[in-house]
Amino acid sequence: MSDKIVRKMLSRLEGYSFDEVPWVTPKPLSECRVAVVTTAGLNQEGNADWNPGDQGFTVLSGKKSDFTLGHYSPNFDRTGWVVDSNVVIPLDRLDEMAAEGKIGSVSDTHISFMGAQPDHTLETIRLDTGPAAAKILLEEEVDVVLLTPV
Amino acid sequence: MGTLASVFEQSGLATVAISIIREQIEATQPPRALHCEFPLGRPLGKPGDSVFQHQVLDAAFDLLKAKSGPVLVDYPEEIDDNADAPLSCTIPPTDDSDKHPAEAEARGLLPVWRRSYEKYGRTTVGKVVTPEQVPEIVTLFARIADGEDWTSVGLPGDPTKLGADIKNFYEEASLSLSDGVPGARQAETWFVTQTKAGDVIQRARVALEKQEAGSYFTTYILPMTQVRNPEDDSNA
Repeated sequence: MSDKIVRKMLSRLEGYSFDEVPWVTPKPLSECRVAVVTTAGLNQEGNADWNPGDQGFTVLSGKKSDFTLGHYSPNFDRTGWVVDSNVVIPLDRLDEMAAEGKIGSVSDTHISFMGAQPDHTLETIRLDTGPAAAKILLEEEVDVVLLTPV
Repeated sequence: MGTLASVFEQSGLATVAISIIREQIEATQPPRALHCEFPLGRPLGKPGDSVFQHQVLDAAFDLLKAKSGPVLVDYPEEIDDNADAPLSCTIPPTDDSDKHPAEAEARGLLPVWRRSYEKYGRTTVGKVVTPEQVPEIVTLFARIADGEDWTSVGLPGDPTKLGADIKNFYEEASLSLSDGVPGARQAETWFVTQTKAGDVIQRARVALEKQEAGSYFTTYILPMTQVRNPEDDSNA
């Protein structure tokens, strides 16, 4: 029941919301190119570290599966991730959905930030790294982003 | 997560977020969110269960049909963690009699850890040290636990990250000492409560507090729900 205790503590944290909820009406899902943006602190090429407070992002190649999870917080389970990376970044499931025609295609490029940021205003993400990451996905002709936390 | 979704939406991408802390999503109001009361660290719910993962994804993408937002929907099934039921693992004996017992334990687990790595092809060890270096780092923490100054034992980096490397090494090794996919946090509780290295980290955490090493080190070296004071246990 550890997660219930953690959730209760984290529920008190402040959050930043926009004055108006931004809204994009997507194409039919069967025509959409989908990318994953996770806040799990994923890296590739062996780097298993991510510093607390770092609001930067990594660009992940969906063509490789050499992901590492560098999130600094010890307050979540990692064994599920080790056994099956789809439980965090469901690229195999998205490939299957594309093969079935449920989604149009899967982006070759995905993005990771790291959650549990001490600065709840996320100023760097809002003004700098977030738009920069979005630009990369737009250049990949992505239509829909699936966001996954840990 | 919620704020990040809004940043992407504002940039021209339609988003759907899986939520794992409901109050945070309520506070940040992303355009579309599916709240999943699943174990933290497992946003798709069930590792190794593609059918379940597809059900979650179908429910998430279904939110894209909404005409306006914010949309926040609860996934109808909840999954609890299993922190109260530690894994049952038998640790292989070693003949490192000249080593600290916790280091000997970790050395015994190295071949086991390698089996897990060969099977799953993934590790979360490596923030500071390699898996092969983990046993000797355990001894450094044992010296801190026994009262030595943490700044002088020769830690090769941030004690919180080194503690994570040790914990993650043990959790990954446990995957080859137990059957099937463990429940969330079962390996964590096994490490903290059933292993010599877990006891060392717990006692080192207390020693770091006494030495005023800094709240970051003592807060994040173990999961917040696993923190206890061994001296309190012995006085109980």
